[in-house]
Amino acid sequence: MEHMSSLYSAALRMTRNPADAEDLVQETYLKAYRGFGGFEEGTNLKAWLYRILTNSYINTYRAKQRRPDETDLDEVEDLYLYRRLGGLEAAQASRSAEDELMDLFTDAEVKTAIEELPENFRIAVLLADVEGFSYKEIAEIMDIPMGTVMSRLHRGRKALEKLLYDFAVSRRLTEPVPEPDLTS
Amino acid sequence: MADPNPLKPQCADALHEIYHLLSGELDDAARTKISQHLDECSPCAEPYDFYAELRRCIQQRCHDTAPPSLLERIQVAIQHEPH
Repeated sequence: MEHMSSLYSAALRMTRNPADAEDLVQETYLKAYRGFGGFEEGTNLKAWLYRILTNSYINTYRAKQRRPDETDLDEVEDLYLYRRLGGLEAAQASRSAEDELMDLFTDAEVKTAIEELPENFRIAVLLADVEGFSYKEIAEIMDIPMGTVMSRLHRGRKALEKLLYDFAVSRRLTEPVPEPDLTS
Repeated sequence: MADPNPLKPQCADALHEIYHLLSGELDDAARTKISQHLDECSPCAEPYDFYAELRRCIQQRCHDTAPPSLLERIQVAIQHEPH
């Protein structure tokens, strides 16, 4: 079944639990099977499957997993991660140019950072930056206006940068950088 | 702490759009304008490369393989669906 591993990966990021992720993927395929008559040839099958996955997740699991509200997201400045880690690559000259940043974070760290994002932001970032859907496709998958997609991505991506930075600090890849004084 | 690398206004415009550029969401005119600026301005090209690599890192580090038992489970469930 095409797309199964990528749906399963997305389901894992959403539910943060392998048993729930398997149930969610199964539910998605069953709904897709039952609704296949409504699928139009030539339209995007992957986007349609993600739409079913996302809606199933929201309907089934949202009530179960209360996460911090979006108001809990700290607003951080543009280029947050670059300003803290950008110089680190140059400092570690022994690495090859290609895999410098890739080496900074492990699979587990990137996955955990995404899973830590509050739900609405997590789904938007997952669809855009992991799955590569366009903003328009995300608006359709999540059934929200484009403007809402953009604002969730804007804040979600910054929050993700902050979470990744916290991993870098905790692994002592870098010393904590004092918060820039934006008033000066 | 004062920012060690203050940005020019045209740089701030370009950098603000980095994520949209990397996501392929800018129209032709905006994309051309920013690409041109990045070619002429190394302080902006550097963060652009950083975020391009971050994007690749996030994409490549988020793959899980579905367990084979899941495929079997789904096939069985579909067989039990009314035809």
